[in-house]
Amino acid sequence: MYAVNFLILAAVLFSIGVFGVIARRNAVMVLMSIELILNSVNLNLIAFAMMNNSPEGHVFALYVIAVAAAEVGVGLAMVLMIYRNRRSIALDELSVMKG
Amino acid sequence: MSSMLAADVNVAQNVGFYIIAAIMVFGALRVVSGRNVVHTALWLVVVLGGVAAQYLLAAAEFVAISQVMVYIGAVMVLFLFGIMLTRATIGEESDLNNKNWSIGIPVSLLLAGTLVWVIVDQYRGEVLASPDEPMSTTAISDVFLREGLVPFLALSFVLLAAAIGAIVLARKD
Repeated sequence: MYAVNFLILAAVLFSIGVFGVIARRNAVMVLMSIELILNSVNLNLIAFAMMNNSPEGHVFALYVIAVAAAEVGVGLAMVLMIYRNRRSIALDELSVMKG
Repeated sequence: MSSMLAADVNVAQNVGFYIIAAIMVFGALRVVSGRNVVHTALWLVVVLGGVAAQYLLAAAEFVAISQVMVYIGAVMVLFLFGIMLTRATIGEESDLNNKNWSIGIPVSLLLAGTLVWVIVDQYRGEVLASPDEPMSTTAISDVFLREGLVPFLALSFVLLAAAIGAIVLARKD
């Protein structure tokens, strides 16, 4: 298998995730796009581990999976809190901290 | 590695890769363009399952199993709960995108073009050797418990802090 297969697939997924982060207004869907980005990075790590035949890439991928799980837990808790206070999770309405 | 010939490319592996990759890209496009929040979450399951299948193709068994258990098992349940707790309406919605969402199209196309150009420039023709056997869990755990012991312990504290923080944030009082 060519190395570019994995790397280009990961680059395409990354770009789609970035588009989702920019375009989406719903906070939960922005979190889903961030998951796309993290998964594309993991694909890259596994491809490089395969290229060097070493387990370090797998270890980094597992770190990323664990941190992503923690991020989703805290992120969704924050979204729930915002929804409870404002009855909306539209990100363009969250301008309280704007100077 | 680059001295290997193109004849070393495993055809069946490549065909499987392209089929799964096409499904993944289609699913990812549905995730960022769909109008029904619940459906986009289910398309995200398709993408995450495709990633797990690619890990299996890349002989990364342990990471593939972790991907299925953590993402499809736990994270997606969290997402579905988050959608249900924040959205009263089930069905199509028209206000899921920002007003100026279309600026994301040139940004992401530019990003994809740059990344693909750099990757092709650097790794063109390089063949990944198909390993004889999958990466053993023993080798992964050796790295985790020797060089990676301190980050591993730090990671467990990160998870603990995230769990406590999520409870504190979401608690009603």
